[in-house]
Amino acid sequence: MSATSEHRGALLAPPGETAAGRLRWALADTWTITLRALQHWFAQPFVLVVGLLFPILMLLMFGYLLRGGYGSDYPSILMPAMLALTAVWGLEATMTAIVTDAQRGITDRFRSLPMAGSAVIAGRGVADMLNAFVGMLILMACGLAIGWRWEDGLANGLAALVLLLWLRFAMIWVGLYLGLVAGKQEVVAAVQILVWPLAFLSNAFSDPATMPSWLGAVAEWNPLSATVAATRELFGNPGWSSDSWVAAHSIELAIVWPLLLTAVFFPLAVAKYRGLSR
Amino acid sequence: MVEGLSKSFDGHAAVDGIDLEVPAGTVCGLLGPNGAGKTTTVRILTTLLRADGGRAVVAGADVMRDPAGVRRRIGLVGQHAAVDEVLSGRQNLVLFGRLFHLGAEAARARADELLERFGLVEAGAKPVAQYSGGMRRRLDLAAGLILSPPVLFLDEPTTGLDPRGRNEVWAAVRALVDEGTTVLLTTQQLEEADQLADRITVIDRGRVIASDTPEALKAALGGDWIDVVLATEDAVAPAAALLERVSGAEPEVDVEARRVSAPVADRVAALAEVVRAFGDSAEDIALRRPTLDEVFLALTEERV
Repeated sequence: MSATSEHRGALLAPPGETAAGRLRWALADTWTITLRALQHWFAQPFVLVVGLLFPILMLLMFGYLLRGGYGSDYPSILMPAMLALTAVWGLEATMTAIVTDAQRGITDRFRSLPMAGSAVIAGRGVADMLNAFVGMLILMACGLAIGWRWEDGLANGLAALVLLLWLRFAMIWVGLYLGLVAGKQEVVAAVQILVWPLAFLSNAFSDPATMPSWLGAVAEWNPLSATVAATRELFGNPGWSSDSWVAAHSIELAIVWPLLLTAVFFPLAVAKYRGLSR
Repeated sequence: MVEGLSKSFDGHAAVDGIDLEVPAGTVCGLLGPNGAGKTTTVRILTTLLRADGGRAVVAGADVMRDPAGVRRRIGLVGQHAAVDEVLSGRQNLVLFGRLFHLGAEAARARADELLERFGLVEAGAKPVAQYSGGMRRRLDLAAGLILSPPVLFLDEPTTGLDPRGRNEVWAAVRALVDEGTTVLLTTQQLEEADQLADRITVIDRGRVIASDTPEALKAALGGDWIDVVLATEDAVAPAAALLERVSGAEPEVDVEARRVSAPVADRVAALAEVVRAFGDSAEDIALRRPTLDEVFLALTEERV
């Protein structure tokens, strides 16, 4: 059939049999999947804008409505907390995207194509990281407008941003795994609710020293607390003074916690994705 | 070509030794009720699931040993219209074209060709969320045809469509078959298999229970059925007697609904005889295809 040979002739190249060829295709496919996510942003600017505005809304709400708790210094105290929370909220975005694709049969369609299997997951990850990066820049611009500053030099400021994105990176794997396991939007809604107590059981909005001692210890060990404390330190923003071991090693923990989460959830997510054919 | 394919979930056999052979360029209808193993079979043949046992070769590529080779030679149209709702029809086709490793230019050209072919040119720029059910399925079909695959899998392609959407999909499938595409079609509707398939394989509980041409299968089942609805209950008994004589089989009688049904081999002769005898006392006389229930009843009775 002539039509067949025509389209087959238009194939860029036979799929690579060498490791280098396969890697090239995996990267090309990852970029195609990433582009798809970017197309979603442009097709649904409203969804994108609401997603970006939500942390700003939270910042203003806590800052202006609950001002009594923080005093005039509130932008400096709240900004690191909001940035770290943005990273954690990303978990829901990843989950929602994965669950939607699975339910609509799009994941199965991808799996029936001669594309690199890893690209489905990697493309999602790249798109989510881009989204998080843009979201954090916008939130920081907003913070600057209401009086937040990084006080400790550009290098430390950038280091803080890297730690925030590092936490978001870990959340991709948690979200992928939970999304593949859940397979239902209802479960995403449950996770959205459960993220809140996790966010408050930390040093983000209140001093763990003011909590009952066992709860305070849990809050200090919360991975979110490590990133918040490390970000405060690197930005030179005020935090709660604590002489605990955890507080003294916040930067190390802000590196180790996401690493640990990734080490656990990355293999789980990959195994779950591969196991779809079982 | 499929040999002794089997697959279990949690110890329960969903596919229990299925053999199937589909000559190139023909349409095989896989007919069966919910849970018969149709979708599981398709998922194995399209490399979405690994079989526990047996062997399957699709378009010359072994499903277990060369899944990548199979994926380059097949198109899959599943039960959901597996297209991106947010993107436009054209963006969907370009996306899948790129993932089939067409170049950017070729993917765009192929997308336009397929939109043209499936009558979606005007809707091409609109997000899929605004499409009708029939349009979505046609786009889904187009996405499965990007590389003009020699083998196409259609898993209940018209489930949930209105008659108009169903006809649109049937027409599209027929056009493909005319070009020489081999099609494996699963369906729960005898009529759909009858309309499209060269050969029908009936499966139940993971096993093949019959495999033949639609004509032979229908003939074996006594062909079409005649339904007679009588005006009065008194007429039911004589009508049943007549139908028994005409069809040679015991008719199904529903006294309350005043309905008598029986399979008939010679449609016209049976109809003429029934009209002659009950033309005045019948409310309704109709010839129809056997329902899937009747097919299964007949086939399972045969096996017992």
